Amino acid sequence: MKYYAIRLLRSFLTLIIVVTIVFLLMRLMPIEGYFTNYDKLDEVQIEAKLENLGLLNPWYIQLKDFYGSLMKRDLGQSITYRPKVDITKILGDKLITSLRFGLVSLTISLVMGLSLGILMARYKGKFWDKFGTCYIVGANAIPAVIFYLLIQVYLTDLFKLPLLYDRTDAKSWILPILCLSLVNIAYYAMWIRRYMVDELNKDYVRLAKAKGLKNKDIMLKHVMRNAFVPMAQYLPASILYTVSGSIYVESLFSIPGTGGLLVTAIQRQDNTLVQALVLLYSSIGIVGLMLGDILMAAFDPRIRLSHEGGSR
Amino acid sequence: MTSKKIISKMSDNIDPSLFEFADCDESKSELIGYSNYSFWRSTIQVFIKNKAAVALLILIACVVLFTLIQPYLPNQKSPTQIYINPETNMQYRNVQPNEEFWFGSNSIGQDLWARIWSGTRTSLLIGVAVGLFEAVVGITVGALWGYVRKLDAIITEIYNVWDNIPSTVVLIILTYIMKPSIPTIIFAMCMTGWLQMARFVRNLIIIIRDREYNLASRCLGTPTSRIITKNLLPYLVSVIMLRMALAIPLAIGSEVFLSYIGMGLPVDIPSLGNLINEGRALMMDPNQRYQLFFPAAVISVVTISFYVIGNVFADSADPRNHV
Repeated sequence: MKYYAIRLLRSFLTLIIVVTIVFLLMRLMPIEGYFTNYDKLDEVQIEAKLENLGLLNPWYIQLKDFYGSLMKRDLGQSITYRPKVDITKILGDKLITSLRFGLVSLTISLVMGLSLGILMARYKGKFWDKFGTCYIVGANAIPAVIFYLLIQVYLTDLFKLPLLYDRTDAKSWILPILCLSLVNIAYYAMWIRRYMVDELNKDYVRLAKAKGLKNKDIMLKHVMRNAFVPMAQYLPASILYTVSGSIYVESLFSIPGTGGLLVTAIQRQDNTLVQALVLLYSSIGIVGLMLGDILMAAFDPRIRLSHEGGSR
Repeated sequence: MTSKKIISKMSDNIDPSLFEFADCDESKSELIGYSNYSFWRSTIQVFIKNKAAVALLILIACVVLFTLIQPYLPNQKSPTQIYINPETNMQYRNVQPNEEFWFGSNSIGQDLWARIWSGTRTSLLIGVAVGLFEAVVGITVGALWGYVRKLDAIITEIYNVWDNIPSTVVLIILTYIMKPSIPTIIFAMCMTGWLQMARFVRNLIIIIRDREYNLASRCLGTPTSRIITKNLLPYLVSVIMLRMALAIPLAIGSEVFLSYIGMGLPVDIPSLGNLINEGRALMMDPNQRYQLFFPAAVISVVTISFYVIGNVFADSADPRNHV
């Protein structure tokens, strides 16, 4: 418990440093970025707008204001993305959309990926292993956008599926979910195969075989359980990260999710939105990592984090 | 006095033939377990056994060679020049692949064949440069991070902070400070990419840091730099090679990504990312899909080759897989 408390405190400090640095970096951007019609405005109008946004104050006062409002749980209003709209309101809908897609695809990828990985480990060197290896190589090596584009172009024709996302049409959800899952399936299959192959070479498996246990029992009861331990570490982070969406898939199928939001916000210099997103994603990263460790320790009682505090 | 006598006496009895060079006799050497094992030779031997990897290696060597010599071949078009039809005085817009334009032409009349090879050249340059930089900086920082305990806490904190800053912010600020160009994009990708490599090396080093042979070295007073270069890094050759080989397709992929979100190279420099983007704009017209398909095919061949070669090479560089 003490270990987690110290770790949480340190992560919290890191979080503050990160947000502060991002905050300062955003202030380095040229002021033209805050305006859509910079050339047409005269000095006074520009001054007035910057004054209004509080951008003329020295940076430390801006920083103080930012943390002050953060204490009051106020993330502020968007500047350029959707002017004068509360950040929480912008994020709310988008987060839920991305989360819904992310969770469905994560479930599919876990089920499919684990089954594929287990098949590959079970029939190592045979057809399933070779098939899976080809798939994994393809999914990992080729930049994702290429097969997303090909899927969008050809599968829409082939199966008469709608090209773009439509909230009310469940058929239009199939392709985005397929795209989201493809890479993840490869990822899970690759790791579970590797861990299982490692485990299969260990002595306890040989003992179990010598005892005459059925192959199925060895696989499911002994090997699976041990091989899943390292996977458990990634699981909470991947669940949490689904809220950040996928920039490719969401822009290709025009899903109103969080996918490209950070990039757009940075490009349009929407300081408050960027800060909110950085805060959100960094906290997710930190919490996800920690939950992963807790889950891993729960799966495998041999793991004690407090003794190996130096390893992270 | 007696001892001197004995020695002189002994030297009389020594057979001078013992001091002649012996011939190397392979069959005798086996008797005492001598091995002419060489790490790199065994690595290459294991590598050659994998036919698919060798085929891909030859393929990628041909592709790299071809991108280098392509501009000097006869009858090649310029990748940036806009071609105009002399009869109608119009640009050759979206010409289907034919004898004149082998891969067709794009929407403003540039030759896709020349653009693809020029783009592959750009992307490979970016990939190799970023891969090399990541390897050098990542290994140096990672080795120090893992081995020198005093640095561990500091670098870990730096890593945590740097890793949580969105790379897009860094990238935009860099492109704002420097002009968008190939060196800028390489620099920006290096700035954000070496972290993963450093962390990876660090984790490996921590695993083998306290093995007995390193403990022995430390007790004998071996300097840290020597322990790192002679004891630790050779152990990691295979995994580091793997990461380096994977860094190239990753860098090519992130160039595509950056172009996709509109922060890549300027559109007048052909790169695979820019070509994919141009193809994407036209993909809804079935007749124009060749403009997406050709760059996609080239990029797939290049990235898959590097990926497979890297994996197979890492396997063969692992002494446990040697005979």
